[in-house]
Amino acid sequence: MELTTIWFCLIAVLWIGYFVLEGFDFGVGMLLPVLARDDRERRVMINTIGPVWDGNEVWLLTAGGATFAAFPEWYATLFSGFYVPLFLILIALIVRGVAFEYRHQRPSATWAGWWDRAVIFGSYVPAFLWGVAFANIVRGVPIDADFEFTGTVLTLLNPFGLLGGLVTLSLFVTHGALFIALKTDGEIRGRARALALRVGVVAAVLAVVFLVWTQVLTGNVATAVIFVVAALALVGGLGAAYVGREGFAFAGTFFAIGLAVAGLFVGLFPDVMPSSTDVANSLTTTNASATPYTLKLMTIAAAVFTPLVVGYQAWTYWIFRKRISIHHIPAAH
Amino acid sequence: MADVDSVLELARWQFGIVTVYHFLFVPLTVGLTMLVAVLETIWLRTKNPEWLRLTKFFAKLFLINFALGVVTGIVQEFQFGMTWSDYSRFVGDVFGAPLAIEALLAFFLESTFLGLWIFGWDKLPRALHNACMWIVHLGTLASSWFILAANSWMQHPVGYTFNEITGRAELTDFWAVMVNKVQLGTFPHVILAAYLTSAAFMLGILGWLYMRRPGENNADRPMHRRGMVLAAWVMLFSGVGVAVSGDIQGKIMTEVQPMKMAAAEALWETSDSCAPFSILTIGTRDGKHEKWALEVPCVLSFVATGTFDGKVEGIYDLQERYRETYGSTPGATYYSPGDYTPNIPVTYWTFRWMMGLGAVGSLIGLAVLWLTRKGRTPSGWVGRALPALAISAPVMVLLGNSMGWIFTEMGRQPWVVFGVLTTAQGVSPGVAPWEVWMSLIGFTLLYAVLAVIEVGLLMKYVKKGPDPFVEPPSPTLRGSDSDADEPMNFAY
Repeated sequence: MELTTIWFCLIAVLWIGYFVLEGFDFGVGMLLPVLARDDRERRVMINTIGPVWDGNEVWLLTAGGATFAAFPEWYATLFSGFYVPLFLILIALIVRGVAFEYRHQRPSATWAGWWDRAVIFGSYVPAFLWGVAFANIVRGVPIDADFEFTGTVLTLLNPFGLLGGLVTLSLFVTHGALFIALKTDGEIRGRARALALRVGVVAAVLAVVFLVWTQVLTGNVATAVIFVVAALALVGGLGAAYVGREGFAFAGTFFAIGLAVAGLFVGLFPDVMPSSTDVANSLTTTNASATPYTLKLMTIAAAVFTPLVVGYQAWTYWIFRKRISIHHIPAAH
Repeated sequence: MADVDSVLELARWQFGIVTVYHFLFVPLTVGLTMLVAVLETIWLRTKNPEWLRLTKFFAKLFLINFALGVVTGIVQEFQFGMTWSDYSRFVGDVFGAPLAIEALLAFFLESTFLGLWIFGWDKLPRALHNACMWIVHLGTLASSWFILAANSWMQHPVGYTFNEITGRAELTDFWAVMVNKVQLGTFPHVILAAYLTSAAFMLGILGWLYMRRPGENNADRPMHRRGMVLAAWVMLFSGVGVAVSGDIQGKIMTEVQPMKMAAAEALWETSDSCAPFSILTIGTRDGKHEKWALEVPCVLSFVATGTFDGKVEGIYDLQERYRETYGSTPGATYYSPGDYTPNIPVTYWTFRWMMGLGAVGSLIGLAVLWLTRKGRTPSGWVGRALPALAISAPVMVLLGNSMGWIFTEMGRQPWVVFGVLTTAQGVSPGVAPWEVWMSLIGFTLLYAVLAVIEVGLLMKYVKKGPDPFVEPPSPTLRGSDSDADEPMNFAY
């Protein structure tokens, strides 16, 4: 396999890792005002993702860094072209990250309330905007012969892009609700499962429409197979939630999100950012890539460190495997 | 600001603001991971409860800072592509690799093991728990190594070729980038400055706690004192190390970026031997006609070349030499064509403030230690001034760090990659001024609000001092079900 193809796959893996992992902690953040009845329950929810959210977010940083190194032209066009959504995502991730660390530092309810708003805003905005961004990458955006994005922020707000945003948003809410059902005990656990079923049905409908639309736009046999399996995983996951098998249910949304993102990348290949202006201006794995020397070097680094990272992150989830309920929450400072 | 619609000007201001802000937290938290790991190790060795109290106290202050360091770091990675897309296209093959490896090798390590440390008091055996913080510290060192290698490449590009066809820099020797001589000077300088910063932080805060109510019989004083002594030793060693590594860096800089050395001194005319080192100048804004200057003979020659009679080239001669080497086009956008002189008042003063603040901050720290020796509590005005003075030590060292970076980045102008790409050539061509205005204002306001909140929290916990000792759990990895219903030892 060519090095550029390997790196296309690796970057796909990093984004899949990011969405399946941070997807559920965005979901937990968005559900904060819905699932929790009081401060103690809100803290139960936040503590389910407490030890892991930051590690999940590093998947994004690595995806960004790897794109910079392996496909500099892609990184440059994407990040400068999607300036406004990325700025909003940054603001969201900043207030959200600080909120987790600062929320419990003062006993005041007003203080906690403001940080709750930061968590909610900071989870909704990226959950929606990442979907808009990826839908637009797949659909193609105006790019000129110098690989410069020539659209505006309104270019991105087309029906397909907005639908993509709603799909990631609703999938992450479902994913997060199932994570809460899996990681908590007590009343909130049952509430989370019931909510996952209700939102899950909406998410499934939206996702199927979006995937069929994507299939029409960029599809081939492989994407069709992947999308069908993704849809089956989602339906299977909801079925498992219905019969109370929370582990299988969470695995269902985990694989559904991962496969859907994988399918988007398969449909994209060999483009990395198609141009809607002129096919000749499309960024591809070859014309956007770094040199073979850099790719080879990075391949070695990735081959050594990626299994290590997956290993110790998995170990972390194992260490914090116990369910949390309200009597586990100590008093605030 | 010269032009309100210049994306270049706006992007430079934005980069400066978000980067200086980010780097307030970086040295402090890199150093504090080391100090917290040391404190916990000492507790495990001595079993003296005081060390655990100090561990938890400084870990709390560390986490309040680390949260801001992490989230402002995401902006750093994104803004290369957002506002400097032509720079990214040009350097991606060289600069992207260390950045990606930094994320893969260091960021995952830091975030995952810090999560284990924070929430792991009742999950991990004690030695393993302590090892997690040491791993976090190793992560911060690895992270610093790669990001400084990337920056050193911008100061002194090595291990690459320029591809005429693609118009990009291409990596040819990764190892050369990793052991760039600028990097070998910069890495120890920055890491030792980080240790100095965190030690000044620890000494300043404990000094303040030690002296704030002199009349009271405070049972925690021996603990404060013990922590101060530890911090003072770290300060002493790292302070000397910062000076020595800075001196080595200065000589490398004279060799690879002579204009920056001349700009640091505002040395307009070449000095053939025994160049004086200027401590202070009162003069015109461009520094050309000083009215009064305090100078130490021959010291600049030594700083730049290692001998007291070394020749130091001045700005006028270097300007000519650069013009012959690089032509007159580079820098033409925000410099007049053929101008290779950085902003001299900025380079001159930041260079002085860097050294002055670092040195005075360290001396204050050590003075606080000396004045409180053997249980002493200074009385009179010294006693009244001392708590505030103690707190000023870390503030000065922190500002010294900022000055150093402003100097080294402004001193490289008009280049973004020295001798290869100008800053003006690196900016995103497709981004509209209103977009950068929006992000510049957005980040600045948000960062300002967060700074107020974070200082408020730090003050709250510093005033409270270390919490009373509570014997932490001593879990095994298998865990036991008997404690399954106990409240978590730490929770958000």
